[in-house]
Amino acid sequence: MSDLKELIQNKISKEPYTGNGALQELSRKGIQLFNEQGIPTVKHEEWKYTRISGVLNKDFSYAVDSTAVTTADVDAVRLPGHEAANELVFINGIYHAELSTIRSSADELVILPLSEAAKGEYKSVVENNLGHSAKYHTDGINAMNNAFAYQGLFIAVKKNKAVEHPLYCYYINDARTNSVLSQPRTLIHVGVNAQVFLVEEEITMGTSDSFINRVSEVVVEENANVHIYKIQNEDSHSSCVKTTHVRQLGVSKVSSVTLTLNGGIIRNNLNFILEAPGCESHMYGLYCVKGETHVDNHTIVDNVMPNSFSNELYKGIIDENATGVFNGKIFVRKDAQKTNAYQSNKNVLMSDTASVNTKPQLEIFADDVKCSHGCTVGRLDEEALFYLRARGVGEKAAKALLLHAFAGEILEKIELEPIRGYAEQIISERLGFEF
Amino acid sequence: MLHIKNLQARIEEKEILKGINLDIKPGEVHAIMGPNGSGKSTLASVLAGRSDYEVTGGEVEFNGKDLLELSPEDRSREGLFLAFQYPVEIPGVSTTNFIKTAVNEIRKYRGEEPMDAVEFLKKMKEKMKLVEIDQSLLSRSLNEGFSGGEKKRNEIFQMAMLEPNLAILDETDSGLDIDALRIVAEGVNKLRDGKRSFLVITHYQRLLDYIVPDHVHVLYKGRIVKSGGKELALELEERGYDFIKEELGESVEA
Repeated sequence: MSDLKELIQNKISKEPYTGNGALQELSRKGIQLFNEQGIPTVKHEEWKYTRISGVLNKDFSYAVDSTAVTTADVDAVRLPGHEAANELVFINGIYHAELSTIRSSADELVILPLSEAAKGEYKSVVENNLGHSAKYHTDGINAMNNAFAYQGLFIAVKKNKAVEHPLYCYYINDARTNSVLSQPRTLIHVGVNAQVFLVEEEITMGTSDSFINRVSEVVVEENANVHIYKIQNEDSHSSCVKTTHVRQLGVSKVSSVTLTLNGGIIRNNLNFILEAPGCESHMYGLYCVKGETHVDNHTIVDNVMPNSFSNELYKGIIDENATGVFNGKIFVRKDAQKTNAYQSNKNVLMSDTASVNTKPQLEIFADDVKCSHGCTVGRLDEEALFYLRARGVGEKAAKALLLHAFAGEILEKIELEPIRGYAEQIISERLGFEF
Repeated sequence: MLHIKNLQARIEEKEILKGINLDIKPGEVHAIMGPNGSGKSTLASVLAGRSDYEVTGGEVEFNGKDLLELSPEDRSREGLFLAFQYPVEIPGVSTTNFIKTAVNEIRKYRGEEPMDAVEFLKKMKEKMKLVEIDQSLLSRSLNEGFSGGEKKRNEIFQMAMLEPNLAILDETDSGLDIDALRIVAEGVNKLRDGKRSFLVITHYQRLLDYIVPDHVHVLYKGRIVKSGGKELALELEERGYDFIKEELGESVEA
């Protein structure tokens, strides 16, 4: 582990951040906390089932040269519907404007380096929001990203604008010659009465080890409507920690769908901080994993003000030696009366060696709320399987039909047609569903 | 069509079927009656291939094949149909999609091309009329939130779509009011074509007023203890199952 510390320290000493203000402060605190905390071990309560140190123990290069990636390389990984999307390409953690395509006009969508955004019109947005996730994640992983947040990207959706072209963000690690550790960072501000679709995918090129430690903070103003779709479908040498931290500052609606198909160790942190009365939040997740993949979904819903509604549904299909973790925290603060918060986690284990750890955590300080949580872990319903087989459907097809239906409840929440179609396709392929 | 010889089966350590003999010829309707726990549903389950039951002896020949060697799906593909006593609810799978999958899996097994969409819809409409089932019901998740009658009608609808050689109705009448019973029975009667055979399992004679059997068998303690014509059902209705026990020389509890 000392190697990684050294790596980070070298990097900092080589490229010390020379700006000042919010970014400098965050970087300084990040370095300090990282030095104190290091990489969390399984003794850390929030990392009990996910041994991230095992992955980070490898010989990574940090932020290596990223100029080798060409447009043709990006072409190979573009998602369906990209012709009508704003495409934001990050290579080894750094935004590359020349590989990106911005189709929306500047009066709808603003894209700036965070270091610039921190100075101009968005100074107070950056000061008030950047690093807010650190209040909820006090471990070395988040700190490590904070140390380099000054290299991040600022995205603003202007008020009263419904952005027609969805934002496709590709976080690409170029691991064709080196093992790469990268730390993309974004701050996304969705203005009053604005609407936007975000689609995010982590991608590794090449076969060396890849680790992406991404933090995206999303600030949602009054009457805004935001959809966030995340897709992870990689090889076992690609691991990542993705933190999506959403602040709903005004009455607004945010919906998130997180899909995980494969990878090494995948940790999805998803936080919803409901800071205005009457917020609505939907959190959906589907993990359909096999091989040695380890997927960990940690979610937080923090209800601060009254009358908010949140609904959370995560489903897992775990095969072979794969492991799953679901940890869902719901806070209902003292003032958050009349909160409605629902949480459900359902898992199907497909092999004797597949496993899942699921843990709901509710901390309720208000006395007039409706909260529910539940989790299930089981096999495919034998009775349903027999019913289908007794009608002539083969065993394999019957299983695929049932699993497809199980997954469908999540996939149908994706409102962006090309992405829903794509998700449908990759899940169907995985399940051997051919109808 | 179906020859059952000395069939014995158990679930876990409990012997349930203790030597069943039964022959069903094409076009015949056989009814199996019997008190609760006599093994009626076990017989249906064993014939359909439910894995909870272990066959410990005997033979079953279906259309010249060893039925017990076949997987549940192959039994269906060979033309066996079981209408479930408790049809399973399957969220997220519509009846329409499911039945299309089933029809085409069976066609594939028989070396036929998948049914085209137009032909399939035409057939659906025709069979829907048969059991007075509504399109909206078939678009919903399979059996989810269906009433008892709707579930049973859906079973008969599926039977009509799959056109089996032998249909086993496992207590299809249980839990049905008289109107639902009539619809289900009429659906079955319309599928009687002189070639298709039926094995109707029921506790009550009532269903047999509508589906008139050629043969009635009484199953008791895992054996067929009495067989006769349709009048046997009426006799059972009048005298109850106790007369069977008396005939067998068992003492009848008051």
